[in-house]
Amino acid sequence: MTTSSVDIALFATKIGLIFFVILTLAAYLVFAERRILAWVQDRKGPNRVGPFGLLQPLADLIKLLTKEDFLPAAADKWLFYLAPAMAAIPAIMIFAVIPFGAPLNVAGHTVPLVVADLNIGLLFFLALSSIAVYGVAIGGWASNSKYALLGGIRGLAQLISYELSMGLSLVPIVMLARSFSLTDIVNAQAGVPFIVYQPLAFIIFLISITAECKRIPFDLPEAEGELVAGFHTEYSGMRFGLFFVGEYINIIVLGGLATTLFLGGWHGPLLPPVVWFSLKTLSFAFFFIWMRGTLPRLRYDQLMHLGWKVLTPLALLNILITAWWLMLRT
Amino acid sequence: MGIVLSDKKEMEHMSLLSDITAIAGGFGVTLRHMLRRPVTIQYPEEKRTPYPRFRARIVLTRDPDGGERCVACYLCSAACPVDCISMQSAEQEDGRRYAAWFRINFSRCIFCGLCAEACPTMAIQMTPDYEICKRDIMDLLYEKEDLLIDGCGKDDSYNFYRHAGIGVTQLRGEGLEETKPVDVRSLMP
Ligand code: SF4
Ligand code: SF4
Repeated sequence: MTTSSVDIALFATKIGLIFFVILTLAAYLVFAERRILAWVQDRKGPNRVGPFGLLQPLADLIKLLTKEDFLPAAADKWLFYLAPAMAAIPAIMIFAVIPFGAPLNVAGHTVPLVVADLNIGLLFFLALSSIAVYGVAIGGWASNSKYALLGGIRGLAQLISYELSMGLSLVPIVMLARSFSLTDIVNAQAGVPFIVYQPLAFIIFLISITAECKRIPFDLPEAEGELVAGFHTEYSGMRFGLFFVGEYINIIVLGGLATTLFLGGWHGPLLPPVVWFSLKTLSFAFFFIWMRGTLPRLRYDQLMHLGWKVLTPLALLNILITAWWLMLRT
Repeated sequence: MGIVLSDKKEMEHMSLLSDITAIAGGFGVTLRHMLRRPVTIQYPEEKRTPYPRFRARIVLTRDPDGGERCVACYLCSAACPVDCISMQSAEQEDGRRYAAWFRINFSRCIFCGLCAEACPTMAIQMTPDYEICKRDIMDLLYEKEDLLIDGCGKDDSYNFYRHAGIGVTQLRGEGLEETKPVDVRSLMP
C-alpha cells in the first residue's frame, strides 16, 4: 500500500514538473525566438522588461490575459472555444512517452524518467500529432472567416503531405531498435546514435517535423503574408495565446522526439543525462528559430510536391535499404 | 538523344547541388549576422546627434537688432502642404509689418521644410530638436510666444529691412543695396 502511494506521489511530481518545465520553456522559447530573430536582423529584440528583458514572457502573459476575448459573429461558439485546447493539449501529451533522463533511484524506488513507457510509444506520438491538426482545422472552420478557413484547409492538406513521410522515416528506427517503445529506442542507441545509420531518415524526419509544428518554411496554415494570420486570424487574448504556446510546446516536444529517435536521447558523456537531453532538444529549438530567420515560405504546391514526390519515395527507399542491410547483417 | 537525356539529368543534379549550397549559404549569412553587433540605438538612453540641417521643431527668429524677422507675408502658410501655419498680420506705427498672432500646429506638420524655404526674411527656420512629443495633442499647438526665439538662427547677420522694405525702418537710400534717392529738381540734362 505504502509503496503504491509513494509511486503515485512520484508520478504526480513527475507530471507536475513536466507541465511546469514545458510551459515555462515554451514561454521562454517565444522570448528566445524574438531575441534570436532580432540578432539575425541586426537588432536587439525585447530587452526592456526586467534584466535583459527576461520578464518579457510575464508581460506578454498579462497582456494576453487582459485582452478582450473576442467571438466573431456567426462563429461556431463551442468549436471556436475548443480549438485552441485541441492544438495545445495533444502537443504536451506527446511528452508523456518521451524518456528525458536515465532512471533515477529515489528512496529505493527505480523511477524511470518518462511518464508512460508505452510499448507503442511511437504510434502514440503519430496518433497525437495527427490529432493536433484538428485544432487548426476546427479553429479555421469555426471562425467563420475566409482567411481562417483557408488556413485550416491548408493545415489539413499539409498534414496529409508530410505525415506519411514522417511515419515512413521512422520505420527504419523501429527496425533497428526492434521496438516501438521510446525507452527501448533510447537504450538501443547507448553506443551509436541512430543518426549515424540513418542520416536520410533524420533529414526526412526533420523536414516533416518542421511542417508538423507549422514553422517557416512550412508555415502555410498561418502564412501572415497571404492569410493575415491563417487559422487563428479571429482569435484574441489567451485563446490566441494557447495556439501560440501550443506551437512552441510542439517545437520542444518534437525536438525532444528527434533527440530521442536519432541523437541517442539522454545518452552522452560527462554531463548528467537530463542535461544532455535538454541540450539536444534546445539545439533543435535553436535550429528551428535559425531556420525561421533564414528561409522564405514555400508555396502551397511546392510543399505538396516535396512531400509526395520527394520525401515519401525517399523514405520508402530508405526502408528497403535498411531492411536489406539488416538482412545481410544477420 | 541519349546525350541530351544525360545532359538534362546532369543539369538537374547540378541544380539540386546548387540549391543545397544556396540554402547552406543562407544559413551561414544569418549565423554571421546573429554574431554581429546590433545596430540598434537604445533611444531614450542613447541619443544620436542629428545633423545641423536636420528638419524638426520650427522656430521664428529675430534679426541681429533684436526685431522680429517675420513680416506676416503668409508665404509660409501658403507653401505649407498640410496647411498647419496660421497667422494674423498687423502693422506698426512705422509701417513695419508683424504677425499679431502666429500658430503652427505641430500635430499636422510633416517637417517638410517648405515653409522655411518660402520665407523671404529667414524668419521661420527648422531646428534639429526632434523631441516634441506631448501627451495632450492640444499641447502641440505652438503659439508665437512658443515659437519666437531670442536669436538669429542660421543666418545670423541677415536683416531683411537692410535689403528691402524701403523707407520702413530707415530713411530712403539707407539700405545696403540702395542708392541715394535722386533729387528730381537737380536732375538736369
Ligand atoms: S515644415 Fe512643412 S508641414 Fe511643417 S509647417 Fe513647414 S511647410 Fe508646413
Ligand atoms: S515666417 Fe516668413 S514666410 Fe511666414 S509670414 Fe513670416 S515672413 Fe512670411
